[in-house]
Amino acid sequence: MMKAGSNLEKVLKAGHFAVTGELGPPRGADVAVIREKAHYLKGMVDAVNITDNQTAVVRMASWAASLILIQEGLEPNYQMVCRDRNRLAMQSDVLGAYALGIRNMLCLSGDHQKFGDHPKSRKVFDIDSMQLISMVKKMRDESKFQSGEAITVAPQMFIGAAENPFGEPYEFRVLRLAKKIEAGADFIQTQCIYNMDRFRTWIRQSVDRGLTEKVYILAGITPFKSVGMARYMQKNVPGLDVPDALIKRLEGVDKKDQAKEGIALCCEQIEELREMQGVAGVHIMAIEWEKRVPEIVEKAGLLPRPVV
Amino acid sequence: MVIAEVKPLAEILELIKQYKRVLNTGCGGCTAVCLAGGQKEVDTLNTKLELSCREQKIPLEISGFTVERQCDMQFNAELDHLVASYDALLSMACGAGVQFLAERYPDKPVLPAVNTTFVGVNKDIGWYEERCQSCGDCVLGITGGICPVTMCAKSLFNGPCGGPQDGHCEVDTDTPCAWINIYERLKAQGRLDNILKVFPAREWQNQTQGKLLLEDYKHRYVKETK
Repeated sequence: MMKAGSNLEKVLKAGHFAVTGELGPPRGADVAVIREKAHYLKGMVDAVNITDNQTAVVRMASWAASLILIQEGLEPNYQMVCRDRNRLAMQSDVLGAYALGIRNMLCLSGDHQKFGDHPKSRKVFDIDSMQLISMVKKMRDESKFQSGEAITVAPQMFIGAAENPFGEPYEFRVLRLAKKIEAGADFIQTQCIYNMDRFRTWIRQSVDRGLTEKVYILAGITPFKSVGMARYMQKNVPGLDVPDALIKRLEGVDKKDQAKEGIALCCEQIEELREMQGVAGVHIMAIEWEKRVPEIVEKAGLLPRPVV
Repeated sequence: MVIAEVKPLAEILELIKQYKRVLNTGCGGCTAVCLAGGQKEVDTLNTKLELSCREQKIPLEISGFTVERQCDMQFNAELDHLVASYDALLSMACGAGVQFLAERYPDKPVLPAVNTTFVGVNKDIGWYEERCQSCGDCVLGITGGICPVTMCAKSLFNGPCGGPQDGHCEVDTDTPCAWINIYERLKAQGRLDNILKVFPAREWQNQTQGKLLLEDYKHRYVKETK
């Protein structure tokens, strides 16, 4: 039985290798830039994650950008973080999002405000990502708010969660994945994968525990635009694991060819991930590089996207 | 204990400069122990304020008196005979003490000389660390004696988040990740089961003023209605 009937859910349920993209809303009320990014992704992916004040920097509301995406004929995966809203605001946003046609949600804790443009703002974290998943599931399956009170028309969301196979302690990550499934996650989008060996270990552990039978896992991929970006991500992004070999590989080509090499690397990863048991799809996070997504999915042999 | 630190001198001066006679009240409780507001600190602050006022030609007569604990009215009563002759009181107690003093002397401006920072421990002389946020619903029995509300930057109940690096918190790389510590300790104690179930959303206990009346003493304060 379908939980939300979103395109993403249908694609996964039909057994296709799913492809999701990502679109970061602008730092202003700029509609044109969202339409332009959407244009690049249309027909290339099954759903598009709309980030929620990512890196704790204020941007257009993710539900609003999600609606613009729907107008453009794409399916959003509405991201919601726990940092900025308490459970009242979150539940009312879930109702509003559903009322206006949003069917997928990704439930996240959110980057700490220290990293963003308002570092002294008060953290909310009234609930955490695990509790958010439970809450949205309860709203959907029991028609109840977190308080236990009845909802008149329940929001039927396909519920996503994130997991970081490279976060410490490594051996706890699979146990935590199990918790997210227990909380109610229907699909998982992982942190960007660069260390394929470690990812392979994680997914094997997940398969062994039977977790991939209970949840769709989409492997996270972010193409490098340059060796500078790769070095930055290796040094400055917590919870990422960028092996030196990848840096060396990018260093080995001319500066003008590094983007091409980054895309080639990304396509090779996708090819490898497609063959891994337990991987149900890929989540391509081309950060401020949406226009290169068509090239990536084409080269990786992910086109045409299934119509279900 | 409650940890506090003395406010910047300029800020204190700004608070008291319109009053001619000021009584600086110390507290012999927590703020004395954390070297912020005991008798010694009262004397030091008064000396600094006098010097500063002299330089800036502000007329100020300041004296000091330290009570055992400002969070206890019977100790504050010791100030009764002094207060009348002052224009304002400065308090070096925590925020609770300041308010209790203000409650006793509603006619007098009572001004804080310290910032109350947290409930913490004495790591060493002059080194304090927060350990408790008085959330009112202690989970230490589940989390291996490590508080996720206080020690995790996000106060997660189902951590760790995706961010720890080399065992440390992404928000402050000098701080160990609370959830890695919780995990390691519980694992070592064979109590990992404690954190394998989803910890449900909390009923936050500290969102309104905390009040506690011990059952055994209730009869003193609550009249039975029959």
